[in-house]
Amino acid sequence: MYVVAIDPRTLFTIVLMALATYATRTGGLWLSSRFDLSEWAGAWLDQIPGAILVSLVAPTILMGGPVEVFAALAVVIVSLRTGSLPAAMVTGVGIVLALRALQANLL
Amino acid sequence: MPLYVMLRRQDIVSEKNIGETEGQISFTLAGAFAGARRCVPIAISGCGIGLVFGTLAGQAGLGAGEAVLMSALVFSGAAQFVVLGLWAAPLPVATIVFATLVVGLRHVLMGAVLAPVFSKLPRLKAYGSVFFMADENWALTIGEFEGGRRDAAFLVGGGLLMFVAWTGSTFAGGALRGVVEDPSRWGLDFAFTAVFLALITGMWKGRSNILPWTVAAAVAVAAHQWLPGQWYILLGGLAGSFAGVVRRGH
Repeated sequence: MYVVAIDPRTLFTIVLMALATYATRTGGLWLSSRFDLSEWAGAWLDQIPGAILVSLVAPTILMGGPVEVFAALAVVIVSLRTGSLPAAMVTGVGIVLALRALQANLL
Repeated sequence: MPLYVMLRRQDIVSEKNIGETEGQISFTLAGAFAGARRCVPIAISGCGIGLVFGTLAGQAGLGAGEAVLMSALVFSGAAQFVVLGLWAAPLPVATIVFATLVVGLRHVLMGAVLAPVFSKLPRLKAYGSVFFMADENWALTIGEFEGGRRDAAFLVGGGLLMFVAWTGSTFAGGALRGVVEDPSRWGLDFAFTAVFLALITGMWKGRSNILPWTVAAAVAVAAHQWLPGQWYILLGGLAGSFAGVVRRGH
């Protein structure tokens, strides 16, 4: 049976979590509207997207193992060739799935 | 030209020629649909992750309704998975909220990058839009802006689709408890890695990227190894971006 009951303490916690997350989502917008950014800050903001994306993937790939490294190389090649996000994703997931299955059967 | 400078210039242009300049800042239904379309593969793999979240939430002691409520109000996979690890009776409310805040800190940086465009929108639209800012649709929106298009609704369209997928699959995960427990069995853990990698490939501009990205990767790996939770995203992002500016400064 599907449980819909909500405990007050849990509700309170979830609402505080929501406020904390929303504060971080609006924080960058709010700060930029209060302070005029210097050229240096602008140059810094420009470096953020790449650095964050690299940080998101680096542990998975570099600490994963040969399967992840191989799949990552394949994804880079496919996205350079096709420029297609779905193609890159299907390639990555497909190769990881296949190599893990292979690994499990060999070991 | 750096993205930030391009966005600033665009602001000035669009203020002067409302409705005419190519690439002016807009907020249209067409933009929202374009964002949603680009997010379809991401939303599909997001469903897999949401099923897992719904399942694990039950194991952690959250009711199915509570899990859906959390997905709808918090809408952050990273934060929600982290707090499941902290969920215990009695609830450590302060710890959970603090962890959520720490995991979310990267959003401050991400929001600041979008600010040159979003701060030009009416306040309600801007502050409503960023509720839907997640890693994936943010990254796609940056790509869109770099391509010269400035439709801010692109972020919301992608975000709304992800929101529906995330809350819907959390609900399904609660209903089908025990069906999906390990995303790595389906290779789903690699789906977002692949998407982010493809976006990184598109951001490559030449040798100037090598230093900041190497620093970001090294710091992220070290932080992932030695610090709990999601500090690695924020620390890697900060270290890499600072390295990039310092490099440019010399």
